Amino acid sequence: MNPVGTNLEEIMDRYPGEPEYLIFLLQDIQSSYGYISPESMQRVCDRTGVPLTRAYSVATFYQSFRLDPKGEHEIKVCLGTACHLKGGQRLVDELERRLHVEAGGTTEDMRFTLNTVNCLGACAISPVMVVDDEYHPSMSVKKMDRELKRLRHEGEKEVGNV
Amino acid sequence: MSDSTAAKLQTPWRLTSPGDLETLRNDIIESQDPNRPTIVVCHGNGCLAGGGAKVAEAFRQGLSDAGINAKLMPGVKTTGCQGLCSRGPLVTIQPHGFCYQRVQPGDAAEIIEKSVMATEPVERLMHRDTKTGEVFHTEEEIPFYRLQERRVIQKIGKIDPTDITDAIATGAYSSLAKVLSTMTPQEVVLEMEKSGLRGRGGAGFPTGRKWRSALQAIEKKGRPVYVVVNGDEGDPGAFMDGAIMEGDPHAVLEGLIIGAYALGAEKGYLYVRAEYPMAIKHLEMAMAQARSYGLMGENILNSGFSFDARINRGAGAFVCGESTALFTSIEGKAGNPRPKYVRSVEEGLWGRPTVLNNVETWANIPLIMGMGGEEYAKIGVPHSTGTKVFCLVGKVENVGLVEVPMGTPMTRIVEDIGGGVGGGKPFKAVQTGGPSGGCIPYSLKDTPVDFDSLTKVGSMMGSGAMIVMDETDCVVDVGRYFLKFLEEESCGKCIPCRLGLSRMREILDNFSQGKGSAADIEDLTSLSNALKDGALCALGSSAPNPVLTTIRYFKDEYLAHVEDHKCPAGVCKSLITFAIDPEKCNGCMSCARNCPAECITGKKKEPHAIDASQCLRCGICLETCKFDAIFVS
Repeated sequence: MNPVGTNLEEIMDRYPGEPEYLIFLLQDIQSSYGYISPESMQRVCDRTGVPLTRAYSVATFYQSFRLDPKGEHEIKVCLGTACHLKGGQRLVDELERRLHVEAGGTTEDMRFTLNTVNCLGACAISPVMVVDDEYHPSMSVKKMDRELKRLRHEGEKEVGNV
Repeated sequence: MSDSTAAKLQTPWRLTSPGDLETLRNDIIESQDPNRPTIVVCHGNGCLAGGGAKVAEAFRQGLSDAGINAKLMPGVKTTGCQGLCSRGPLVTIQPHGFCYQRVQPGDAAEIIEKSVMATEPVERLMHRDTKTGEVFHTEEEIPFYRLQERRVIQKIGKIDPTDITDAIATGAYSSLAKVLSTMTPQEVVLEMEKSGLRGRGGAGFPTGRKWRSALQAIEKKGRPVYVVVNGDEGDPGAFMDGAIMEGDPHAVLEGLIIGAYALGAEKGYLYVRAEYPMAIKHLEMAMAQARSYGLMGENILNSGFSFDARINRGAGAFVCGESTALFTSIEGKAGNPRPKYVRSVEEGLWGRPTVLNNVETWANIPLIMGMGGEEYAKIGVPHSTGTKVFCLVGKVENVGLVEVPMGTPMTRIVEDIGGGVGGGKPFKAVQTGGPSGGCIPYSLKDTPVDFDSLTKVGSMMGSGAMIVMDETDCVVDVGRYFLKFLEEESCGKCIPCRLGLSRMREILDNFSQGKGSAADIEDLTSLSNALKDGALCALGSSAPNPVLTTIRYFKDEYLAHVEDHKCPAGVCKSLITFAIDPEKCNGCMSCARNCPAECITGKKKEPHAIDASQCLRCGICLETCKFDAIFVS
């Protein structure tokens, strides 16, 4: 038995098989797997009776859905107005350059996914960077560098242990 | 507290009358010792990100180290946003009300020893006026709080949002009980009309009138009718709805249930932005607790009225804050808006009559029912009654959550409550209304902040973001920022929005590079008018506001970009150069080490220089220099 398949069925059972639950199902799959695979999309469509084309139109309409796998670490930079005024875009530019990836993308080695977010509502501590759901307040390029180094180092250590 | 009371409070019991609610409330109050010291730790978004959870843990640990059982006395309580986010993590010690700021876990022991076990303040952690150095001990003394009129957010930062009994003790659901036992649905709508409340989501449509039209639609079309909470707070820089849902979810629920009663709705929806997981969690907990006390669900307080609601999580689309787009999203589809020649009150969710109101609007309703519509209408100014919650952010000393009566002058909010931009300088502009609003210049600082006055100066109330800008912020850049934001968020259904925004952004891109001409400013204005008239929904028709207001008030700055090829604020990358002041540079080499383009040269202990042709203008040198030697021109 494929364990992934089992979990998917568990998610399917959470909601009635009706079109209005399409987004609920996609959200749960997104949070369990980090993305929506073609197989899981097909399963959702079978369950809700929504045509595949429409399900994809929904999945591509909303920013929070991904159709390709996420990297090991997700780095989000807030680009709300307060963060923008305090240099949020600069953080994105520098991360793009350091990671060789555009915002929204994942590095080739699948270590990092870089995303931007419109406003996290944490304007008092702008600019904000979020790494795997942990908030980093009042970020500077220097602090960002340090965090990136830490994450890279952590990965190397793990590889070393194996 | 008697043992029987304690037992009763531990297990929820189904309340079957307003009298039951009153009894419960009295029991809870009786069980609370007003002199019991409580350490109230803010768990709002800002404070949590700053380490609030570790601070709360340190206090719990500190109490147990001191041999005090936290379950008995004193206690640690965590709350929603206490307001003054820029000085977080915040901690208040009750009953004396000592306010501590920027508290670190290491401070817990000293605060416990001095302010919990004794009544001595720890002044080094208290609010200090940046200008006068004066130290303030309590919220009542701190100007940021003293000058506000907190009604809607009164309980936020005081109650534990995950514990319904804490909310009930402060009067939650008493307005619902009053409505269900003494008022007819018609009377509720009448009271809403008397209150003059206008929707807090942005457009400011009178809520009572909306409900009245819904009743008329229901007469024609029958039921079901739906009530919806718009918690898709997408305006960047705005977090007041998030703070309300996180800090006092019961206020939103109580308002919603009262609305449902007035309209005869049995089912409601709360559409909450995906970026607010804590709001979703707290609302879910609040709903479960309200159900178990019989305040939601079947036969509420034995009145015969039944109502339940469910939460829909948003999925990251700004346009879903628009009501018709929000409905299609709840229906499980892509959130495209539709033309509004048929109003939502007639044909909304599932094609049925629907009343959608913003979070803050719903949270106002228990207040209105509690004090009566006429009394409520005395707050604020005649055509904008009540208070408004704002998020004061950007280049301002006191960043945080602010509530003032409608009609309060802008300068009072930004300067007196917010403490100004710092350094005694005037602010450059205040941006209100998010991507749909405009920039109000310093010269209009006395503008009363109410719906009509803000519209008159070209901006709008919007949901309540107030972004303060100083002289280092460029209006062209801000205009470009909002256009880029809206261009990405546009659903693409109508041409004015899809193509018009892109073209406008292209023009501003050129401006930021010193290209273009003064004639392009005319083009911008003409495109703006096309959007205003032709866009399908409010997202598009209000999109030109940030650009139009900046052209109106800061035309010189636009012209400086296109004619002099200069960015006076020093923001637009193509128009600025970084240089090192040889007088100030002591050759520490810090900038050279950190420069990603490796274009800073110089020997140790000798002044350095930047090769402007290689410079990326990333600003890292500016950030690293400790001697203020790097300047932008």
